[in-house]
Amino acid sequence: MGPGFDFDVIQRSLPYLFRDGMTFTLTLTFMAMVGGIFFGTLLAMMRLSSIQPLPLVAGGYVNLMRSVPLVLVIFWFYFLVPYIGAWLIGANEPVKVGAFLSTVITFTMFEAAYYCEIMRAGIQSIARGQVWAGYALGLNYWQTMGRIVLPQAFRNMIPVLLTQTIILFQDTSLVYVISVTDFLGAASKVANRDYRLVEMYTFVAVVYFIVSFGLSVLVRRLQERIAIIR
Amino acid sequence: MNYPWNWKIFFAAEPGGTGTYLQYLIVGLGWTIATALAAWVIALVVGAVIGTVRTTPLRWAVRLGDAYVEIFRNVPLIVQMFLWFFVMPELVPTGIGDAIKQMPPPWGSYIPAVLCLGIYTSVRVAEQVRAGIGSLPRGQSMAGTALGLTLPQTYRYVILPMAVRIVLPPLTSEFMNIVKNSSVALTIGLLELTGRARAMQEFSFQVFEAFAAATLIYLLANLVVVFGMRALEAKVRVPGFIGAAPGAGGH
Repeated sequence: MGPGFDFDVIQRSLPYLFRDGMTFTLTLTFMAMVGGIFFGTLLAMMRLSSIQPLPLVAGGYVNLMRSVPLVLVIFWFYFLVPYIGAWLIGANEPVKVGAFLSTVITFTMFEAAYYCEIMRAGIQSIARGQVWAGYALGLNYWQTMGRIVLPQAFRNMIPVLLTQTIILFQDTSLVYVISVTDFLGAASKVANRDYRLVEMYTFVAVVYFIVSFGLSVLVRRLQERIAIIR
Repeated sequence: MNYPWNWKIFFAAEPGGTGTYLQYLIVGLGWTIATALAAWVIALVVGAVIGTVRTTPLRWAVRLGDAYVEIFRNVPLIVQMFLWFFVMPELVPTGIGDAIKQMPPPWGSYIPAVLCLGIYTSVRVAEQVRAGIGSLPRGQSMAGTALGLTLPQTYRYVILPMAVRIVLPPLTSEFMNIVKNSSVALTIGLLELTGRARAMQEFSFQVFEAFAAATLIYLLANLVVVFGMRALEAKVRVPGFIGAAPGAGGH
């Protein structure tokens, strides 16, 4: 980084980068995390179910999502969501869906496959006797799951779920391919407008590093604190 | 839904004049594989070195290895892609930088993409190698020392031959990741499979046919890797050891 490194362009664009870009990135990450864990848990319950088509359907979906690149999935949903919307409300024309909603749906559906595998491992880590105890007490499936199995599975899996969320946070930068103004998109717009590619992309890398590294250190500490000593 | 399906589009000529859309996508698959394989070589070599170094008793080397892993693990792949493509040529001496920028397409984006993917994946390889070496009984390296071997000799004759056989199966899933991740190279202009499916959609407006074809090809590639992995796993399994640690979520 020679003397030509222009810090000024970063300083000038800070409000835009964080108020527009980072806000989008963080909101998307948070909503996709909540949605992804919700649908991922449902998928995991389906995969472990004994009602026949359910494990097959959930397994097929998870394997499909895990075998194709995220970039391709982003393209798929970007074009598919308007048609699904039209089908849902019975319109003849594809519905206009905003970039934000489209990306939230994409990342929720994609990450659900990854959260599913984590939750499946979490559910399987609970001793079988606990489920039997639940049924013996007269609880039904949903009560056993909701009150006995899932709370423990979540607790055991919190560090892994959070690590996956850090990956999700990094993955959201791929919305660049459909020209959405997330943190990277905002930086890229400034970079191309002012022809300051070196400065902007270096800055973006540093910010992503600080956030991801900081969070992963926190997750490691949390892991040490909540580990159950058996 | 009134989407004008047209599956015959694959046999129509693509506007670039290189043949049909089908051929166009197959060439894309070729680029995907070429990128993944070249990056895989870098990932294996660098990852094996970093992963091994992180298990040695050399404090400073372990620190350096840790720093390397943290840096390349905590920056998104697409941002690393931009760093290699836009930033790296500006930071090296002007002569080399200009030479890089003037490389004819597709090499101008192929080489940064390979370097980026290789380094990015080397971190994951390093983690697997470190875990593999860590899973060996401590007695093995102690036995090496007791026999009077030096540290490099212990690694060369005792630890690494075992580690290779333990680490290879989980590494195959990393290979699948590198194939998938190579699609990010479309952001720096490399027309690999996903990039070509996207281009086909822009030329022909047949969105779903183009992406369905790409999805199908990725699934087939996945299948090939999975079967190759099974064969390899059976071949390298160390007798007396329970199969290597499964990848996340797998069996």
